[in-house]
Parts: sequence; C-alpha cells; structure tokens
Amino acid sequence: MSQTPTVDNVNDALGTAAEAADLPTYPVTRTCPYSAPPVYEEVRNGERPKKVRMQDGNPAWMLTRYEDVRSVLADPRFSADRLAPGFPILAPGQREGLSRQPKFMLSMDGKEHNDARRPVISEFSVRRVATMRPRIQEIVDDAIDELLKQPQPADLVKWIGHPVPAMMVAELVGAPLEQQPYFRDLTSRILAKGVTWEERFEISKTLRKFMDELIASKAENPGDDLLSRQIIQQREEHGEVNFEGLSALAHLLLFAGHDSSAGLISLGVYTFLTNPEQRAAVMAEPKERIPLAIEEMLRFYSITDIGAARVALEDVEIGGVTIRAGEGVIASVYAANHDPEVFENPGELDLLRGDRHHVAFGYGPHQCLAQNLSRLELEVVFETLFRRIPTLQLAVDVDELPFKYDSVVFGLHALPVTW
Amino acid sequence: MRIAKHDERCVGSGQCVLTEPAVFSQDDNGVVLLLTDRPEGPAAEGARKAVFVCPTKSLSIMED
Repeated sequence: MSQTPTVDNVNDALGTAAEAADLPTYPVTRTCPYSAPPVYEEVRNGERPKKVRMQDGNPAWMLTRYEDVRSVLADPRFSADRLAPGFPILAPGQREGLSRQPKFMLSMDGKEHNDARRPVISEFSVRRVATMRPRIQEIVDDAIDELLKQPQPADLVKWIGHPVPAMMVAELVGAPLEQQPYFRDLTSRILAKGVTWEERFEISKTLRKFMDELIASKAENPGDDLLSRQIIQQREEHGEVNFEGLSALAHLLLFAGHDSSAGLISLGVYTFLTNPEQRAAVMAEPKERIPLAIEEMLRFYSITDIGAARVALEDVEIGGVTIRAGEGVIASVYAANHDPEVFENPGELDLLRGDRHHVAFGYGPHQCLAQNLSRLELEVVFETLFRRIPTLQLAVDVDELPFKYDSVVFGLHALPVTW
Repeated sequence: MRIAKHDERCVGSGQCVLTEPAVFSQDDNGVVLLLTDRPEGPAAEGARKAVFVCPTKSLSIMED
C-alpha cells in the first residue's frame, strides 16, 4: 500500500515502543573526539526530524537542526520535568535515581523554575564572576604547584582537571579550608574510571551529607558565600530557610559544574597540545584570543550533548512534524552546534572562529546558570598553564589517550603530560 | 533602532553583556540593564548579535 507521507502518518508509523525496534538507538557513543556520532548526520540529512529508540525501548524525537533545537529549548510547551510521563530515559535507573532526590532546578518549569533560579542569578552575573578572578587564579596556581611537584609523566586530569573545578565549588559554597581535601577526594572518586553505580551512589550520599551539614552550619553561622547569602535572603523574605531547596542547589552546583569543567579543561589542554599552530596564534594575544578559543571548544566538543531532553505538554509543530503531547524530544546541542546552515565548516576546529551563538550551555530558561564562571575558570587555567609551563607536552601517543566515550559528559579519563 | 528589554523573562545568563558590553549590563539582581537603548555604529551591530543569543528572548529590536 502506498501512501503520501503526511505529518500524521509519519507519527502513526513511528508511534509505539513495539514499532521502535528498528530505530537508531540513543544515546550513541562517540568514537573519535573529532567526528560526530553518525546518527546526527542521518537525521539531519532527512527531510525532517526522526525518532530514535531510547534506553528503555521507547521512541523519542531527535532534533538536530540549530533552529529546531533552539525552538524546543525555549518553548514553554515543552517540559523539563525528568519525572514527567514520556520524558526520554537517557540512562537506566534515571527515574528511580531522580525520584529519591530533592527536585533540581533543571527539572522545573515555568514559575517554579523562575522562583528557584531568580534568587541565585546575581551570584553568577558577569560582574560578580569577574570579582572571583583573583581567587580562581590562586586555586589554579596552587594546583599547578602540585602538578610540578609530581614525577613525570603526571596526569593532568588528576592534578588540574579534577581539583580545580572541585575547589571552585568548595569556594562557592564556602566549605571550610580544613574540609576541602576531603571534599576534593570525594568529588574525584565519583568521576574515576570504572566506578560502579553502587559506589557512585554511596559517594553521592556522602557528598549530600557533606553539603547538608555545611548548610546547617551556615544557617547557624552565616559567612560570605553563596549558601549563606541564600539563607539570609530566605529568612528576610520568607522568615525561614528552605533546607531542601538549598540542598538541591548545592548538589546541582557540584554535579553540573564539576564533571563538565573537568571535561573541558582536559579536552582544552589536549586541543592546544595537538594543534601547535593554532595554540601559537591564540597565545600570541591570550587576553583577547583565549576567550575565542574557549567558545570554539565549547561549540566543537559540545561535551554535555546527551541531556538536553524535553517532553511535549501539548501538540507542537516543529521542523515539519507534529510532536504530540506526551512525546519525548532529544534536542542535540552537538548536532545544533555542527549545523552547516549556521556554522561554516562546522567539523573544522578553528580556535579563532569567534562564534558566540552556539548552544553548548543549552538555550532557553535552563541555559547554564554558572556558564560565565565556567568560562573564566577555563580562561585562567589555559592562560596560567601555558604561561607557567610552556614546555608542556603529551607523554603518550594520541591513540593511547582514554577519551570518555563511555560517559554522559565527554572528556578524558587521563591526560599524561611531561614538561 | 531601539532596544527593548523584558525583565520578567530574563534568567541572567549574561549572554548580552558578554556579546556587547557597551550596550548591556546586569543590575544587582543579575537582571539585564540597558546602558543605552539606541546604540549606534559597531555597538548597534553587537546589540543585534546580543539580541539573537539571548536564551529567553528577553530583548527585542524596534527599527526606526
């Protein structure tokens, strides 16, 4: 039977789990730091968005065009609630894991999200973040001092990639100095290669206890840090402290800020070391050009690609298809950032490209809260590392580098270097 | 051209400030602040880019 394809029969043909068996599976793992998972090209080259099969066997729409990805992520007719029926399952145990935790801001919609985010945005304004530069510089210099004490080759992920973002989070939440090594150790263990789900859950519980005790101590004795300012503000406005909300916030800062910063620090150093000509051009005018290089690395690697998912709250037309209420959507920021309609030669890494309109930090009201802190942290790391250790080089062949193909956030498990 | 802002949508991402600091800033609450609503020359070009990158469409342009 031949049929003229219409929006409706495309939906009918792809609508159920039973019929999802032949669809490409998602998430897909990368096979190389320089090329896209083929499913994105496949979908992009089609006439309109297609469906993929998620971990639990259910279908979800895959959006790859820049315009479509931005539309979905900014559209209030799509929900970010990870526990809502139809929300795409990216990893086994996602729903069970999340249902045991206080609700994160990234799972909230509309007014609830606005009420949670508004009180915190001043903490990450461009101006406020700029005042943190001297402390970030100290943290980075201390980490480099430690690296330089190590026998060579030394692992840059272990000595810079993990500790610097951990110390940034410790600084934000005002963790007492004497507790920082303990905190750094916990956060590093949770990211270690080969850590099992059970171990991760146990460490995560310990981290939550750490944060909850910290919040309780800040409530008794407020200091000069993000958590204390939230506590003071909540008491002024509501007469009481929302401990559960603060616990979710502290945990979000850690789990959103740590792995991703670690990933881009290690990929960034790898990029500079393996592209000496581009590195020379960038470092010739570090103040102006390192920020450009960071934007390009954000775009090119799109390390947090797996994760920008939504579920439709009503029927919505996008990119020539109708997404029905209750259907899940994957908005690939990697694919959007490699859309040839928007970025010239998107597969080419050009550190001086100067495009700031990528969606590596997401788009819409959920766009990364701490993105400007993340940019500054990366800037200080790259500037300081190559200024202080100009002879830095890879200690192994590129082929031997353990890229995190197995992880939700892309990066490197280790980066052995000498100097 | 004239720039208008819609405070209730702003989520304080700071994209506008990073893209065109001659036109945009953030107030003490992190919400967008216009340093001028009629940018000219290169600042007008920068402001157009800033309006495009705003994640919540909290900025708009009215042509004269």
